[in-house]
This record gives sequence, structure tokens and C-alpha cells, in this order.
Amino acid sequence: MKKLLAILMALTLVVCLCACSSDSSTDNGGGTAKADFKVGVITIGDDTEGYTKAHKDGIRAAAKTLGLADSQIIWKENILENAGCSDAADELAAMGCKVIFSNSYGHQTYIAEVAKKYSDVTFVSMTGDFAAISGISNFKNAFTSVYQSRYISGVVAGLKLKELTEKGTLTKETQPGSFDKNGNIKVGYVGAFPFAEVVSGYTAFYLGIKSVCENVAMQVTYTQSWFDVEKEGAAAEALIADGCVIIGQHADSTGAPAATEAANKKGTIAYSVGYNVSMLEVAPNAALTSATNNWSVYYTYAIKAVMDGKAVDTNWAKGYAEDAVSITELGTACAEGTAAAVEAAVKGLKDGTVKVFDTSKFTVSTEQAGVTVDADKHVTSCKVDLSYYDYSTGSPVVVYQGDTVETIADGAFEESVHRSAPYFAIRIDGITENEIK
Amino acid sequence: MSNSTRIGREPLIRISKKDVAPWWQKAVVRVVALIAALVIDAIFIYLFTKMNPLDVFSTMFKGTFVFDYGTTFFINKLLRTLRDMATLLCIAIALAPAFKMKFWNIGAEGQVLMGGLATACVMQYFGDSLHTPALFMLMLTASIVAGAVWGFLPAFFNAKWKTNETLFTLMMNYIAIDAVACMTNIWRGDKSAMGTINQATQAGWFPNIFNQRFTLNLFIVAALMIIVFVYLRYSKQGYEISVVGESENTAKYAGINVKKVVIRTMIISGAICGICGFMTVAGKDQAISTATAGGYGFTAIIVAWMAKFNTFYMAIISFLIVFLEHGASEIANTYGGLNDYAASVITAVILFCLIGSEFFLNYSIKLRKGSKKEA
Repeated sequence: MKKLLAILMALTLVVCLCACSSDSSTDNGGGTAKADFKVGVITIGDDTEGYTKAHKDGIRAAAKTLGLADSQIIWKENILENAGCSDAADELAAMGCKVIFSNSYGHQTYIAEVAKKYSDVTFVSMTGDFAAISGISNFKNAFTSVYQSRYISGVVAGLKLKELTEKGTLTKETQPGSFDKNGNIKVGYVGAFPFAEVVSGYTAFYLGIKSVCENVAMQVTYTQSWFDVEKEGAAAEALIADGCVIIGQHADSTGAPAATEAANKKGTIAYSVGYNVSMLEVAPNAALTSATNNWSVYYTYAIKAVMDGKAVDTNWAKGYAEDAVSITELGTACAEGTAAAVEAAVKGLKDGTVKVFDTSKFTVSTEQAGVTVDADKHVTSCKVDLSYYDYSTGSPVVVYQGDTVETIADGAFEESVHRSAPYFAIRIDGITENEIK
Repeated sequence: MSNSTRIGREPLIRISKKDVAPWWQKAVVRVVALIAALVIDAIFIYLFTKMNPLDVFSTMFKGTFVFDYGTTFFINKLLRTLRDMATLLCIAIALAPAFKMKFWNIGAEGQVLMGGLATACVMQYFGDSLHTPALFMLMLTASIVAGAVWGFLPAFFNAKWKTNETLFTLMMNYIAIDAVACMTNIWRGDKSAMGTINQATQAGWFPNIFNQRFTLNLFIVAALMIIVFVYLRYSKQGYEISVVGESENTAKYAGINVKKVVIRTMIISGAICGICGFMTVAGKDQAISTATAGGYGFTAIIVAWMAKFNTFYMAIISFLIVFLEHGASEIANTYGGLNDYAASVITAVILFCLIGSEFFLNYSIKLRKGSKKEA
């Protein structure tokens, strides 16, 4: 009996294997009628996780705008960055999806492999960084210019600092720990990883504060995780204990705002600037605002382009000009006149009179690869290599060769112009990175 | 004590051990358990979501069997279920000798990760310098050694100083997880995710056989299934394992070197886990992360126990569990109202009922005779 079973099992395996030898290419060609149009979506989490929810909301809004029914969108949730991602992409393409999105950075290597197999399907790896140099024509990347909304959220924080000092609430007497030895007000930032994406974000935030309140110094603490309530909370607590008055964040949980709220309630002068979602629920007294993305702008554009049979941008990055980024509702703690100042700053970004990474607004004193500065320590040139590397074997190995480009033009660093994913990684004066524990 | 008057009276419910149930009885009990589980699930689904439970069940079925998109699609989907089943089965096979010996190896997760990590290391550092056959041999050897070491350590300490193997193997998991996290952080460099290993050269990736990279995995596990079955059932060492499992004293009396058997068996157990790590990294993911074992190191314990260490039954149970798992994610993807957690409840109820039904196969329940009179 058991031997028979064994033979049967072995046979089944063999038969299954042989049966699958036929190739799985699609035979659909040309335009698709609107009712048959299908969109595939691969997400790292689900609606219970803020980052994915923001993407899903964007897709749902896009579908509504474009008149797509629920059944025309096929979701693949909780897909990790492993073979499960290839499975999901392959399945969605085989089910007839004409455009397939994945929302996590680490999905891209898997998506790129599947994209090679289905040349008539458009694959978009959100936040990915090698579509343009991969040579796969139906593989795309997109990112918002979120540094712009971080800059604006910095303006909100700067106005608060200005109000606190002008009203005499925050002085060297009331909260002495909040000033460094040069008399700068201390600001803190909870970042996930020391990557360009985070560096670009906190530098924009810092420059936003500085545009309103000149004498600030910022410390950044990395949590080495995109989502860790406890670590982010602990990092915020440590920063507040050191005297930081504003706690910004580039990590996905509510840990930092919650910790700031707790300190605020105890009477410490501390305020929070969040990310992705409004933090007013967890920090009604301490939250000023949050920098956020309006993903629906991109999703509407990309889905419509595919429906119309047009090509999707290989590197899409839009900011305030297209309403792709914004800040959330202003908290009651915000300084008077914040709304008007924000409006003015946003207008400046839109018409180009305000540039986030204006080289006259910051200095660089440390030696950094590819960065050249003048006598006043203002950056005059910054060369960025856009190649995609494999770092694993000790020395970086090029996977996809990209150009090395000059990123300084018209007196400003051009972020998200040469590639949608951020590449600003200059460490500027006034910001210190706390050592990783 | 008031119940002293009750001495000598029969209790209301009496549970007694049963003889081995005939096959038809086993089948009936299991089918009844499955039906009961589906009914409970149906009630759960209806109460919490007001959806038609039959629709939900048919969606669940589609996690593995899809007929709507042609044969290729059907086969590919089924093969993915078989691939995950092979991974789970491989770990269960690895656990079988240890559990049969009553050595509670809770460390399969870590043993798989260490095997995977060893494979990944070889792929990273020798991917360019070694020829394909040599590279694969080194990957396989490294993974076996890494897994075996992770199995050997708790066994050695247990044999030598009677340390608690459950805690020891469990703790070894965390070391393995952090070792993997540490290495992936290094290998990731400036990127926020590591991606696939040797993306450009594909060195150390399993060959595409029948259009799938994981084809070899299925063959490896099928072979292991047969080998371990024979090993446990017909070899002298397999016999020693079952004697040690039944009673250590008997084993000692019979002249079996218990320490040697314990250590040897755990090395085998760890080594097979290492092979699982090898084929997961090289055949399935072409990458490594702390999620490489995906919790299967723990799920496999249920598989090994439910199958009573018979590797062929393990295949059936692995299939069932992966089928349920894929069904659950299909449900979560299809219905907005039923997320992953709700879907997990549905599969958990099924497993609970199936495992619970074992009780009725092993024990019979007798009510006290004439209990009505007392009412």
C-alpha cells in the first residue's frame, strides 16, 4: 500500500512537471476594450499598513476617476520581496492585466524579470531606481517629489519655532537643553535608513525650517527599519531628552508622534511633524502636520496612458505642480499665520521662485565624493552615478550601467530630474547623523 | 472532603484509550471533522461579513486550482502550490527523525536559515570564480554543514549536560535570524533592499527546467521523502531512533548509545533543514532574507506530528496546509472585507478541527450508565 502510494506520488510529480513545459506567453495583442481592461496591483502590506493603504487609496481613487469597476482591479496583498513577487506578477500578467504596479522598492528585481516575459504589459515598480538603465522597455519607475512636501512641512515647523522664541516660550532659561553651544535650536528627525531617499527628505525638511527660522541644528537618528513603533518611539524620546523641540520623521509608524505627544503633555516643549498620514489622532496637542503623497495623481495618469495605448513615462516624478504631494491638515498647535505662509511657499515652489535645494541656502564643510564647493562652502558641482550596483561581494559590481550626471543647475540641486527615485545624498552643515546603535 | 462519598462511583464521562481505528473509521472521523470545520467557518464568514460562505470557499479553492485562464495558468498555479508544499514537506521530513526520537527540535526555522545563508555566502563570494558544477557542490555542502552545525549544538549540549533542547533549539532560531539580518544589511550596500543574488550573472541559480526554476526542488524533496521513509522504517539507525523515542532506559538496556543516537539524529535533522535552505535560496527565491523560511520551520512541526512521522502522509498534509494557506491569501486578495487575519481564522478552524479529530480516533468516550436516574 505504502509503496504504491510512493510510486503514485512520484508519478504525479513527474506528470505535473512535464505538463508545464509549454511556454506561458500571452497571445493578447493590441488595444483592449475598456470593459476588459484589467489593472494588477502588488503590495507589500494591506489596508492595515499606512504605506500600502496610501497606495491603495490612490489606485481606488484613480479607478473611480477613470470609471473602472472593482472587478477590473486585481490585488495581490502582503507580497514579500521574494519569489512570491514573481509569482504574483506572472499571475497578474497571465490573467490579462495590461498594467501592473508593485509598491515596494525590493519588488523591482523580481518585477523586472517578469517584465521581460510579457512585453505587451506595462510593469511599474513604484520607488524603484533602475527602469531607465535596465533596457526593459515595458518596465517603469515612479516616485513623487515628496521632498517638496517635506520642505513645506519644515516651513510649518519653522514657523512654530519662530513663534515659540518670539513669544518667549522657548528661551535659554525656559528650556536650556534645547539650544546647542552655538545658540542654535535643536531639532530632531527619526529616519529609517541612511539612504539617499531619507537624506533627501530630511535635508529638505531642515531647509524648510531654515527658510523661516535661521538658527537651527538638526540631529538624525536612524531606526534601520521602515516600520517599528517601538524603535521610532524610543528614538524620538531620546531626541526629546536631548532637547529637540521638533521631531520630524521618515519612517512609517506613529511611534515618534506618540512619544512627542507624551512629552508635550508632561510640559516639555516638543512638537511632531509626521509622514504619510495626519498624526492628529495620536498626537492632538503635539502634531503640527505631516508630509504626504497623493498617489492618485500618478495612478490616474499611468492607468489612463495604458488604456489609451500610450507610453508611460519611464521615470515619473511630480510634486506640487501636479498636486502629487501635499501636507496634511494643520494641527491646532501650529503658529498663527501658518496657512498663509504655507500657501505662499507652495506658490513659490510651483512657479519656480523657491527651490528646495538652492545651493546658496546651505554649505558643505566635509569632503564628499563627487561634491565640489566654492570658497564659501556652497556646492558648485555634484556628480551622481545613476548605475545600479550589487554591493554584496565587497566591491560594488554594476548590474545596470547608468550615466554619471551633473546635478547642480541654475544654482540648485536637481532632485528627481535625472531619475524619479531620490539621489540627493549630500551631508550638509547643520545636520548631524547620530551613530547607529 | 465532600466527594469522599463518591468514591467507587463511576465518573460521568470516562475517557479511555482506543485500539488502532480501522481505516474506514479514520476516514469517517476526518470527513466529519472537515465538514464541522466548514460549517463553523461558514457561520463565521456569514456573521462577520454577511457574504455567501460558498463563494468564499470557492475562492479559497482558487488559491490552488484555477480553470479560468487556460491550462498553462492552471499548471503554473498548481506548481506554485507544489513548490511551497515541497518546502514545507522538506522541513517536516527533516523534523521527523528528531521528533520520533522525542527530541523537541523547535529550531528548524533557524537551521533552514543557516543553510540558506551558507548558500547565499557561497553564491556571493564564489559566484564569479567557480564553475557551475563546483559552485553547486560547494553551495550544497556549505548548506548541509551549516544546518548540521545548528542541529548539532543543541544535541551536543543536551547529550553532555542535559540542557533543555526545546529552549536551546528555539533560541538558536533567533541567532540565525539575526545572522541573516546582519549579512543582508551588509550585502544591501546603499540600496534599501538587497534584491536577488548575482542578478547579472545568475550564478548559483537553479536551471530553468520545464520553464520553472524550482523544478529541482520538487525532485530533491521527492527523493528525500523516500530516503527518510526507508531510513526510519528499515534501517538499524531508524530502529534505534524509535527505541530511544519510546524509552531511553530501554534503549540503554538494549545497549544503544543514546547520546550518540541523539547527536547523530540531530545532525541529520539539521542537515536536511540546511538542504531546504539551499534549495529555497538557489531554487525558489534567488535571494535571502529573514523571511526565507517563512515560518514553515514551525508549521512543519504540525505536519510531522499529524502524519505520525510517515513521510508520505506528510506530503498529503503539507499539501493540505499550503492549499489552505494559498486559499487564505486568495480570499484576502479578492474580498476587501476579509483581510489576511480573517482568512487565517478560516484556515485555523479547519486545522483545529482536523487535529482535534485525532482525539476521537485515539480515545473513546463513554458516558456513565444509568446517569439519567440521578437527574
